[in-house]
Amino acid sequence: MRHRKYPFIVGFLIVPVVLYVVLVIWPYLQTFGYSLTDWSGASQKMNFIGLRNYAKLFGDNVFISAVGHNLLLLLVLPVATILLALFFAFMLNVGGRSGTGGVQGVRGAAFYKIIFFFPQVLSVAILSVLFQGVYRTDQGGLLNGILVKLGLEDAGHPWQWLADPDLGLWCVTGVLIWSGVGFYLVLFSAAMQSVPKDIYEAALLDGAKRAQTFFKITLPLLWETIQTAWVYLAIAAMDAFALVSTMTPGAYYGGGPDHHSEIMATYLMRNFITFGKAGYACAMGVVIFFITLILSVVSLRVTRREKIEF
Amino acid sequence: MSTKTDATSTVPAQREVGGTPPRKPVKEQRFADGGGILNVFSHGFLALWALMIVGPLIWIVLGSFKTNAQIGGSAWAWPSHWHFDAFSRAWSKGIGSFFANTVIVLAGSLTLTMLLGAMAAYVLARYEFRGNRVIYYFFVAGAMFPVYLALVPLFFMVKNLGQVLPWLGLNQYAGLILVYTAYSLPFTVFFLYSFFRSLPTAVHEAAMIDGCSHTRAFFQVMVPMAKSGLISVLIFNVLGQWNQYLLPVTLMQQQSGTDPDRSMLAQGLMNLAVQSGYASDFPGLFAGMTIAMLPVLVVYLSFQKQVQAGLTSATLK
Repeated sequence: MRHRKYPFIVGFLIVPVVLYVVLVIWPYLQTFGYSLTDWSGASQKMNFIGLRNYAKLFGDNVFISAVGHNLLLLLVLPVATILLALFFAFMLNVGGRSGTGGVQGVRGAAFYKIIFFFPQVLSVAILSVLFQGVYRTDQGGLLNGILVKLGLEDAGHPWQWLADPDLGLWCVTGVLIWSGVGFYLVLFSAAMQSVPKDIYEAALLDGAKRAQTFFKITLPLLWETIQTAWVYLAIAAMDAFALVSTMTPGAYYGGGPDHHSEIMATYLMRNFITFGKAGYACAMGVVIFFITLILSVVSLRVTRREKIEF
Repeated sequence: MSTKTDATSTVPAQREVGGTPPRKPVKEQRFADGGGILNVFSHGFLALWALMIVGPLIWIVLGSFKTNAQIGGSAWAWPSHWHFDAFSRAWSKGIGSFFANTVIVLAGSLTLTMLLGAMAAYVLARYEFRGNRVIYYFFVAGAMFPVYLALVPLFFMVKNLGQVLPWLGLNQYAGLILVYTAYSLPFTVFFLYSFFRSLPTAVHEAAMIDGCSHTRAFFQVMVPMAKSGLISVLIFNVLGQWNQYLLPVTLMQQQSGTDPDRSMLAQGLMNLAVQSGYASDFPGLFAGMTIAMLPVLVVYLSFQKQVQAGLTSATLK
């Protein structure tokens, strides 16, 4: 039997490995090389220019502000999403009237979970077009329509939502939170349900209040799941390309008005596809890579704690 | 959990432990802060968020029955007529073919992803050979890198491949299928690797002793045993590839005026929204979105338990 083992191993690995190396690993490596050239992408001609692309990036105000916007997203998106998801998950699992059956969730918890999770399966195009409707600047927009109806704003001067330099990025962040909370709620719910109920019941017998059970029991026991969620949200915040490029104003790949919602990915795509600066775009790809790398290392270090077994 | 409770409830002496219904209301078991006020409070927040999710979606569906003037006039206008002409307009503008494109590509890429991913993960998890660790870490590393790092060379790679093998180039189904598969492999291998490791070896060994070949043991013994793990990672990949936007936008661009539009659903819908397609036809756009949402909604509602369980377990690994 032994002599047939190696042909089998090679036979099973060859296709996936070749495909993966050609289409994933090799392009990853090439990017580093191209980032050191002035390649336009249109022809084979390219000159080695050393680190000049990177030097140019540090002087590029649009790119610097794009990095800033990504970092802002990185701060706001995970915090808001995780807090909301934890809050809802706690309500659904422990927040119910605790009359007869000890600790339990609110009634209709399963129903809420189905609804909250739904945006997760909607394609990003639908999210984008949907929220362009919600953020419309006239009374036909859902948000402005509600505000006018409630008398909170003058119908003559509606909010400019996506076109407002100070609001555009926040509008996109809102969509990301809106669509993401349901998923993390279900994630945290699953983790909470694996916590034995007697831990809660013991705490209740000792006279713990609901807030205490949350901070002293739920949170520490969920720490590992929260850490996972954090990493996933950080990756989402570094991306955000699909929504920003389609929702915000701008000639190519959004980022407007006047670069106020520019993120690294939109600027990269514009330089690559529209401006034909392939080498420069590669340098941005490398910067995105290093920021992601630093972030994952930092977040894994900072959130490291002793694992609690139960 | 539930089976455990059922088991204990059949033994009367242990009834108290299982937390089964016959338990009497005991005052001490309540939260010290009662729960009545908080219950109203929590229901309020949950209902509000549910409304925030469902509201915009219903609003869009209603919008596909409105006229353009009604949509622009007021967000609260009720559709004045219930004709389906916006739906046929949306369909004729290509929603149907975008759907078909997406289904073709996903059918190919999901089959390949699952097959190749399971094969690689299985060999890496269950066989010892030189270079095993190197290949495994090679795959795992790919899951950490952002796609942007590869984007520019990938575009030219596919473009050049197309000059040698035309059916693999830009704006070709096969090209995109291979790219989707390649970029789904790291996570698929990573997840299935630990799954195959957790499976018992006895059944597999018995099959081998009975003269089963390695390949047959994989397809007839290991794959059925790994079904739950395969489903989890399949759901993860379905959603990931269904929601993919960056790769089709980069790779599925029409190469000339005569090149057919092979946009994926997300990309095509967005192009129609951004370009002239729907410039003055919001009911048509909303109808297109409704058409695009409906099958997802139906599939999600029928399989929501599996979808939620699959996604969470795939993420937590």
